[in-house]
Amino acid sequence: MKTKILDSVGNKSFEKDRPHFEIGDTVEVHCRIKEGEKERIQIFTGTVIARKGRGINEMFTVRRIANNEGVERIFPLHSPNVVDIKPIRSGKARRAKLYYLRDRIGKAVKLSHRHSKHTSAR
Amino acid sequence: MVMLLGKKVGMTQVYNEAGDLLPVTVVQAGPCVVTQVKTIDADGYNAVQLGFEDIKPSRVKKPQENHAKKAKTTPKKFVKEMRLSEKIESEYKLGDTITVSAFAENKFVDVTGTSKGKGYAGVMKRHGFGGFPASHGCERKHRAPGSISSYASDAGHGGNLKKGKKMSGQMGNCRITAKNHKLVSIDEENNLLVIKGSVPGSADGYVVVRTAKSHL
Repeated sequence: MKTKILDSVGNKSFEKDRPHFEIGDTVEVHCRIKEGEKERIQIFTGTVIARKGRGINEMFTVRRIANNEGVERIFPLHSPNVVDIKPIRSGKARRAKLYYLRDRIGKAVKLSHRHSKHTSAR
Repeated sequence: MVMLLGKKVGMTQVYNEAGDLLPVTVVQAGPCVVTQVKTIDADGYNAVQLGFEDIKPSRVKKPQENHAKKAKTTPKKFVKEMRLSEKIESEYKLGDTITVSAFAENKFVDVTGTSKGKGYAGVMKRHGFGGFPASHGCERKHRAPGSISSYASDAGHGGNLKKGKKMSGQMGNCRITAKNHKLVSIDEENNLLVIKGSVPGSADGYVVVRTAKSHL
């Protein structure tokens, strides 16, 4: 009963139209960034290597290689500052956390392509 | 001033308009019934007695039953008085119910509850003392308070401790008021108050929610 009430409060700030995406997908994350009074949208593209937490606390990690340096960003799934998430390409992943990609360089970083419904539409 | 009796449900997180994630406590508050109205003429002061949550019928005692009968309600488990100023006559009448919507114009609240009991705690846990080194020849006094007084400390009278000296003892399980907490939102349908930050006591503990004293 208590968890039900707590969920009902937390779920109110859910972003309802989050698209389906999976571990190993390449996604575009559209982030709202405030600089003083100006607002702009920054796009971060990379591979989803982890999803953690549940309910309002869910977070996902996106990894990309920029200038030969691995960059990881962790986004809250339901944050209003994450304007949009666009899955572009599905990758073949056999585990829930792809931390092994951190040890790889060059071509080995790329996951082999997998056809799936949620990315083939794009 | 508005006051409501309630029960702490637990903590969760909520996003605000700016996109910040706020830690919030959910309190199931009210509906409370006015079980008695006290006036200066009859009782010497102005107050309203509120009741929250029914007592199991088999555990009700006769005086409780008759007291509740005057307000035409059932006997209540958690009963507290809301003190009113001497000048203003009470706007509440016997048997009225107060719900969460009474807080509609309030932005900040004080929450009173009974804190979680920690038992007989030492001085490091209870008052944050530094203790003594683990090694370097330190023996049998790693968590000790150190010197608590001296013969000279009481200016000639000698041998007395300073009053209020921080020492070990019972920690927690006492009445605590958390002041000036922002009221994030109100759920009138489910009688919920969503309060920013933490609130004294464990989940299911009784709490009193009031308009913040410094925002009256």
